[in-house]
Amino acid sequence: MPDASLKKKRPLWYDLNLLHLPLPGLVSILHRISGALLFFGLVWFLFLLDMSLASEQGYARFARYVSQPLVKLALLVLLWAYLHHFCAGIRYLFLDIDKGVDLAAARATSGLVLAVSLALTAILGWVLLW
Amino acid sequence: MVTRTVVGAHYGLRGWLAQRISAVVMAVYTIVLVVALAAIRPADYATWKTLFGHGLMRVATLLFIASVLLHAWVGMRDILMDYIKPTGLRLALHVTVILLLAGYAGWAVQILWRT
Repeated sequence: MPDASLKKKRPLWYDLNLLHLPLPGLVSILHRISGALLFFGLVWFLFLLDMSLASEQGYARFARYVSQPLVKLALLVLLWAYLHHFCAGIRYLFLDIDKGVDLAAARATSGLVLAVSLALTAILGWVLLW
Repeated sequence: MVTRTVVGAHYGLRGWLAQRISAVVMAVYTIVLVVALAAIRPADYATWKTLFGHGLMRVATLLFIASVLLHAWVGMRDILMDYIKPTGLRLALHVTVILLLAGYAGWAVQILWRT
């Protein structure tokens, strides 16, 4: 039977400043935060898709709506959330098959996930929103 | 008295697997959509409507949305299990998430199959 007292020997991380986390930890918590953001963004995505596909007038309203600066900013944040979740998720799929699990590789791929998702957000954000 | 420690033993395997399969479906759809958008460059209603009106695209989008909803359920379930400890509140939030996602499924079908 598993010994419940073993739990106490696990390393604990009390530093709540996300930027002090090791890179894989930062990617991990951002994966969770971006996932939660996307869940709350779902209703808005469906609203936008509904409006844009409803009719000629709906499409025109959609085009005007998404050209507002604040809407663009919100879409950019959600785009980052999607791309970070996407890149970090692919990293986890590789970890599942035991690829990149040693410390050096785990750190390197974490940095790669952060960089690639930010770069893709900049590129796709520019192309799609501006 | 039951002294068994309730850990492991495949309780989470189905959710774990669903999370990965739905992730692969979404990743493939995302790449297909980006390529389609780059090729078609929809800039007006007619092109936009044609893109999502295509039979294959409709079904692919529905599969994508189904994967999103399943993925969102497993993810939100995990988040709520981690942070919400009172059983009643957790159950209420789980039910809220399920009802929301089920509602979104119906909404998505309406959006895609509206004439």
